[in-house]
Amino acid sequence: MSEAIPYTVDARPDTGLNNVKIGIWLFLASEVMLFGALFAAYILLRVGADEWPVGSEILNVPLATLNTVVLISSSVTMVMAWASLIRKDFGKYRLYMGLTILCALGFLVIKYIEYSSKIHHGYLPETNTFLAIYFTLTGLHGLHVVGGAAMNAYLWGPGAKMWKTAPQQFINRVEASGLFWHFVDLVWIFLFPVLYLL
Amino acid sequence: MADHSHEHHPELGFWRKYVFSVDHKVIGIQYAITGLLFLLMGFCLMMLMRWQLAYPGEALPILGSLFGEDKMPGGIMLPEFYNQLGAMHGTIMVFLGVVPLAVGGFGNYVVPLQIGAPDMAFPRLNMMSYWVYLMGGLVMVASFFVPGGAAQSGWTSYPPLANIASSGQTFWLLGMVLLITSSLFGAVNFITTIIQLRADGLTFFKLPFFVWAQFVTAFLLLLAFPPLEAAGFMQLMDRLMDTSFFMPSGLVVSGEVLQNSGGGSPLLWQHLFWFLAHPEVYVLILPALGIVAEVIANNTRKPLWGYKSLVYSVIFLGFMSFIVWAHHMFITGMGSFMNAFFQTTTMIISIPSVIILTALIFSLWGGSIRFNTPMLFAVAFLPMFGIGGLTGLPLGLSASDIHLHDTYYVIAHFHYVVAPGTIFGLFAGIYYWYPKATGRMMNETLGKIHFWGSLICMNGIFLPMFVQGMAGMQRRLYDGGSIYAHAQETLDLHLMIGVSAWLMAIFQIPFIINFFLSLKKGKAVSENPWHATTLEWAAPSPPPHGNFATEPVVYGNPYEYSVPGADKDYSPQFEPTQTTPPPGEAEAQPAGG
Ligand code: HEM
Ligand SMILES: [Cu+2]
Repeated sequence: MSEAIPYTVDARPDTGLNNVKIGIWLFLASEVMLFGALFAAYILLRVGADEWPVGSEILNVPLATLNTVVLISSSVTMVMAWASLIRKDFGKYRLYMGLTILCALGFLVIKYIEYSSKIHHGYLPETNTFLAIYFTLTGLHGLHVVGGAAMNAYLWGPGAKMWKTAPQQFINRVEASGLFWHFVDLVWIFLFPVLYLL
Repeated sequence: MADHSHEHHPELGFWRKYVFSVDHKVIGIQYAITGLLFLLMGFCLMMLMRWQLAYPGEALPILGSLFGEDKMPGGIMLPEFYNQLGAMHGTIMVFLGVVPLAVGGFGNYVVPLQIGAPDMAFPRLNMMSYWVYLMGGLVMVASFFVPGGAAQSGWTSYPPLANIASSGQTFWLLGMVLLITSSLFGAVNFITTIIQLRADGLTFFKLPFFVWAQFVTAFLLLLAFPPLEAAGFMQLMDRLMDTSFFMPSGLVVSGEVLQNSGGGSPLLWQHLFWFLAHPEVYVLILPALGIVAEVIANNTRKPLWGYKSLVYSVIFLGFMSFIVWAHHMFITGMGSFMNAFFQTTTMIISIPSVIILTALIFSLWGGSIRFNTPMLFAVAFLPMFGIGGLTGLPLGLSASDIHLHDTYYVIAHFHYVVAPGTIFGLFAGIYYWYPKATGRMMNETLGKIHFWGSLICMNGIFLPMFVQGMAGMQRRLYDGGSIYAHAQETLDLHLMIGVSAWLMAIFQIPFIINFFLSLKKGKAVSENPWHATTLEWAAPSPPPHGNFATEPVVYGNPYEYSVPGADKDYSPQFEPTQTTPPPGEAEAQPAGG
């Protein structure tokens, strides 16, 4: 435990922000740079390539579309979960947070189906640079989904004990987790057209 | 804000208190000690290299037999081993030595104290960042023992060489990913702490310059490192999954065409790498600049000259450092338009550096200077960093860079910045804050021997390298240039450099003795032995967990020395004076920045 600093839930008057919110936004800024670099690499490689496969001919667009819907829904339920806490309705929070986690798992299952059919057909990262960047970007994004889902599962289960002891701190945690989750969603919304459609 | 921070803390067990501690001071000391050990290790690797350069192909007496047949058969260094030493020297010095010492050590220890906070904003994240750093370091060092040995492609890990190098390179990449993660944790923590935990009345423009330097540094770490992490993932994919992000088609290695899928670009790596690595040089230098500013203000007994211009310069420097990276790539054939762009931005970024250096020199003007050990290191920093900076200009101009690129001139240039530059700054910091951290002074005589010896030897090492470089001697050469006709006349200098390097090692011994001896034998001191003005000197020495006995309140500017009409020659920020009203009353300045 951190003995020296008691957790502060209130915003500092002159900055108007609490610590966790600054922390998560800074983290997201670095994530933007991480994915930004990969997108930049994608552009550079594509511009420099002699030929570049059309994503929609290799990849499964309907499945990816379904996944987009799943992920956007999960962002909505995430907001609902947070809003339920604000309205002090813990039961609803459990419900919506549970749905969010289920959506995340759904996304991963669909992704797994996609991956395994690719690998089955011999479309591997080493096949060409397009598939290499496809696997790298979606793989890294997938890891983020796993991380976000794990965080949410913690906040749904054992972490929710805090609702009794430190409700405001708990709300802040859910909010931070939500911000991360929206970011993961947003990245996918970039990935989908860039890899599958263009 | 934290108002319950001064309650009594329960006694912690040994592990909680010294090993898995969440106290920023303990973590800072852990970082500093580990960083110093890695510096020593990087230094030892370099000494081996210097032996080979001074006496190419001759057996290293006694030590040589320790390394085994695959590295030094009969005590004679193999070229592969030289390459490992070079790559690991650079990596260890930069990523495991200087940055952890400057940011993890000094930043962690000093920043919360200087802003009057009881700890960092996220203490447990802080602890994690240290352990992840240590893990990354161990992975790096472990690579010496894998088949094929450590990374050999330089600290830059350029493909295609790095892609086909032995398994040590994979360890290098994994180590880097861990180090990047660790500095990400640190950066988030520093920025949040500085924004949120400042004491009452401590507006942004009352922050000590050191805090500003750490603030900008944290932003550089936060935003510049992730692209290298992305590049690291891609190089890992290239090495482990046979992709070819960085491998051009049709590459011929040992007479055979490589069977990779092709279409990759080695230049892509360079862009991603230097997008980190240029800001990284400011990560190396800014904390040292911050320390030097603190020490100079304190020992001239004068306010820093142009405090605001220093702050604006350092912010501008931070911004600009993101758009100069390709000045490391002038000879890759980017085209003259790109060269012109990066040449221009590079010239622009030199302006704030010159402003900072000038302001620090003006700060000396008319002061009644106390030449104690920290001050000697701080003052010597100025010309050394000056030489390093000025010799960088020809490298930033694409025309002269064609001649100088990848020669010993470059080695000399950046070492002037980081070795007699940054490291002198860090030594100044160690001598300056040692009494705060331990409650005892370091010995001045030993300190001065350490200083003068280091100053002379540093120049003995690095000045000749300019000559060698201009004569055309390439860097990373195992035989030190002996096959080059044009370099022959400068080969003798290798010996002088080698001797200086060994002497340099000897002159670190007084420092090591001093460091440990003073823990027990040093003169005991109270809170403020240097009669300094910034907040850390309001805490007991050493500060307890939670730092301050009472929450400090800030009244004045950070460097109020020799204020006319005051009863002593310094008015600490934490003491009310007649000239500055308490915060809240005449506080027109908004807290922003
Ligand atoms: C007194 C201390 C030092 C000495 C004598 C020294 C000496 C050397 C030598 C001989 C090389 C090899 C050049 C070559 O391969 O031809 C080198 C490379 C390098 N050094 Fe140092 N060095 C010192 C301190 C430092 C410090 C403090 C840093 C960084 C913070 C540093 C960073 C590097 C880097 C990045 C390289 C390039 C390695 C590469 O080519 O991959 N060195 N140094
Ligand atoms: Cu640069």
